[in-house]
Amino acid sequence: MASMKVTDKDVAYVADLANLELSPEERARMLRDLNSILEYVDRLGELNTENVEPMAQVSDRHGVDVSRQGSERFGYASRDDVKEGLRPSLPHEEAVENAPETDGTFFVVPKVIER
Amino acid sequence: MTAGDPVKASSIESVRSAIAERQMTAAAFAEEFYARIKKEDGEIGAFLTLCEDRAFAQAARIDQLVIEGKPLPPLAGVPVAIKDVMVTRGVRTTAASKILDDFIPPYDCTAVARLEAAGAVVLGKLNCDEFAMGSSTENSAYHPVRNPRDKTRVPGGSSGGSAAAVAAGMAVATLGSDTGGSIRQPASFCGVVGLKPTYGRVSRYGLIAFASSLDHIGPFANTVKDAALVLRTIAGRDPMDSTSADVPVPDYVAELEKPVRGLRVGVAKEYFGSGLDAEVRAAVEGAIQKLASLGCEIVPVSLPHTEYAIPAYYIVATAEASANLARYDGVRYGFRARGARTLAEMYRQTRDGGFGMEVKRRIMLGTYALSAGYYDAYYLKAQKVRTLLTRDFEEAFTKVDVIAAPTAPTPAFKLGEKVDDPLAMYLADIYTVTANLAGIPGVSVPCGESREGLPIGLQIFGRHFDEATVLRVAGAYENTRAS
Repeated sequence: MASMKVTDKDVAYVADLANLELSPEERARMLRDLNSILEYVDRLGELNTENVEPMAQVSDRHGVDVSRQGSERFGYASRDDVKEGLRPSLPHEEAVENAPETDGTFFVVPKVIER
Repeated sequence: MTAGDPVKASSIESVRSAIAERQMTAAAFAEEFYARIKKEDGEIGAFLTLCEDRAFAQAARIDQLVIEGKPLPPLAGVPVAIKDVMVTRGVRTTAASKILDDFIPPYDCTAVARLEAAGAVVLGKLNCDEFAMGSSTENSAYHPVRNPRDKTRVPGGSSGGSAAAVAAGMAVATLGSDTGGSIRQPASFCGVVGLKPTYGRVSRYGLIAFASSLDHIGPFANTVKDAALVLRTIAGRDPMDSTSADVPVPDYVAELEKPVRGLRVGVAKEYFGSGLDAEVRAAVEGAIQKLASLGCEIVPVSLPHTEYAIPAYYIVATAEASANLARYDGVRYGFRARGARTLAEMYRQTRDGGFGMEVKRRIMLGTYALSAGYYDAYYLKAQKVRTLLTRDFEEAFTKVDVIAAPTAPTPAFKLGEKVDDPLAMYLADIYTVTANLAGIPGVSVPCGESREGLPIGLQIFGRHFDEATVLRVAGAYENTRAS
């Protein structure tokens, strides 16, 4: 992996994926910082990890019944089904109370589809 | 306690007993602490929001118990404060971000609810780095926090407000969150005790997520005993958080009484390398000698992958952050940019205007690491290195009961010193991120001062779910300093 791996084009592409616009100054800063950080991250390449299992969570290894497999291991986290349907959740009016724009029933957003 | 000096009360027991013995009411304590906040916090900046109504309502409940002669709960009337990444029903919660500037949560974080159920009085919400992303609290969208021990210096981060509030006597105990050292490093910088429990020990329900596989909630206090009391209160399985483990919670306070003689304390050379400040090294080595003099056996151990912890951490943490922060879109809560013509434009303008630079930087890094073509090279690689780092600890803990190390490579640095160099800032977490990646508990306890009078922290790591031994060793060390 060569230096200056992240280009202007990459910054624009990733900003797009992340739903960020970024000012020209921010893009320049991002280019510099991402390259500097990723150059440091490259030292991970020194380690041979060919036969090493990835660890997504601590509970992959601890706090679970390791004699079980897959989601079975998290048996403690399950609960019995609730007989009378869903448990009570947030009242509708409270759920929309923090919305920047609402008609009282729905969240209101700018037009999604142009025609 | 003398009548003229009521807030000498710096421990949970001193507050509770003063209330139980009718020397002070819970309401009077709350008033005293608010007076102190109003006097001190203009300069320090630890608080973002005060919730006097909620605090005095709770204090009145405690005082009523006293009047009725009913038994008092363990934290009765104890003034506490909460890092502003834990939601509080009806009390503004910002994560120190403009994107949540006006957010009033409709529910309570479990850890906060458990503190209140145990009688604690929540005074307010504490400043931190935006979304807990930082090591100095300078990334707060509101204002920085100054270290009460030297106001030209940072309090550490990201839970800088939580550490500073305890250090300045503005709360008896506080809650913080720790994703890469955000409890332990500020505890070290401010000269207080800070504990990151085992992953799964404390429910994260109501914690605003940064990196879900690394986020923890834990206490700050003046003493190890108080940290143990708070942990005992907030620990344990919560049906609202499926990652909270169903592991019995011991009485951490009673466990402190057990002797430390014969415990094996590991010392890893990887934590005493070239980046370590000479004064920090001397203080930590002195503390380890003290543990030896208490009858602990000092055992050299090796944690050979330590130097890879920071790069692995910054990939895992930012990848998870980029996913967690996708929810801030200006639709359901928080800030929304005005004037956008389309939904896509609204998302972008909202996130551009609502997030600060460090948050954007981490979202960008995480999105990059997860993007097509780079996933295996960065994210998968980092997850594999995480396994290696965890195995290092598993191996070491077959030989020792705890591991002693510095908490941070240096004492508190100056405000502004590292703000333009993200990598230098990330390296402030070099001795703390390992415990987050492995999920093991770690505590920072004060172990001396630099020549300039800046606090230095000793860090004790332990086995998964063995906070009891971690706290016991920290407490035994703390006792050697008091005597």
